[in-house]
Amino acid sequence: MTLSLATDAPPFDLPGVDGANHSLDDYADAPVLAVVWSCNHCPYVLAWEGRMSAIHRDYADRGFRLVAINSNDAERYPADSFEAMKQHASEQGFPFDYLYDEDQSVARAYGPERTPEVFLFDAERRLVYHGAIDDSRDERAVSEHYLRDAIDAVLEGREPATRDTPPVGCTVKWREPS
Amino acid sequence: MDVELLYWEGCPSYPEARELLDEVLAARGIDADVRVTHVASDAEAQELRFPGSPTIRIDGRDVDDRGATAPPSLTCRVYHLPDGRVSPIPSREELEAALT
Repeated sequence: MTLSLATDAPPFDLPGVDGANHSLDDYADAPVLAVVWSCNHCPYVLAWEGRMSAIHRDYADRGFRLVAINSNDAERYPADSFEAMKQHASEQGFPFDYLYDEDQSVARAYGPERTPEVFLFDAERRLVYHGAIDDSRDERAVSEHYLRDAIDAVLEGREPATRDTPPVGCTVKWREPS
Repeated sequence: MDVELLYWEGCPSYPEARELLDEVLAARGIDADVRVTHVASDAEAQELRFPGSPTIRIDGRDVDDRGATAPPSLTCRVYHLPDGRVSPIPSREELEAALT
């Protein structure tokens, strides 16, 4: 089940493509934190990941952090393996941490359904926005900047006007029960 | 003309692909029945040589040669637009070229 609004961020401690582990506590200083379910192979992620990098960079000086997590089953989708993540992140020059949730335990705690799918937390790590990055996979057709607007709101001490939107993208690739 | 559209419901691109395909067929004045096939399992993906959703074949030929040979899989297919951007559906230009 997907995390409900106002719920506390579930903890995580996952390996990143940079060779280090990253936990939720590592981002404690960030006044607003976006945890984004992502992957390598999905065309929707590929269409949106440039905007993920831009948002990370644009708000970095105000302490915002974006963390991407890939939980897809790499046995059935080898393009989403940890090694492939490292290569993809290097090729794309991701400015954000990209973490691997191999056993899918973090995904089960947050409950994403799609990639990309955003969970935005305020300084107290309460969920304040969930859903899509914006309203179109085609950057030229975007009219609603959901994630940017929500970040602006949190940084200004307000609740986001839009708090939940349907994520659009590939399904999270869950492991088949053994 | 045989027009086939194969899709997997785990990928949300099917309605958009169908709409674009219908638009291009209409613009070209092609009155073809589009055969729609829902691919529901890995076994069906293998059997149908389904490289991802959506896959469009005109007279048996994939509209995107580059992606046609990807291993069969229940996945969303990656297309590349003429300007280099990634898309979950073929470009209009790609469809028009395949219908020429």
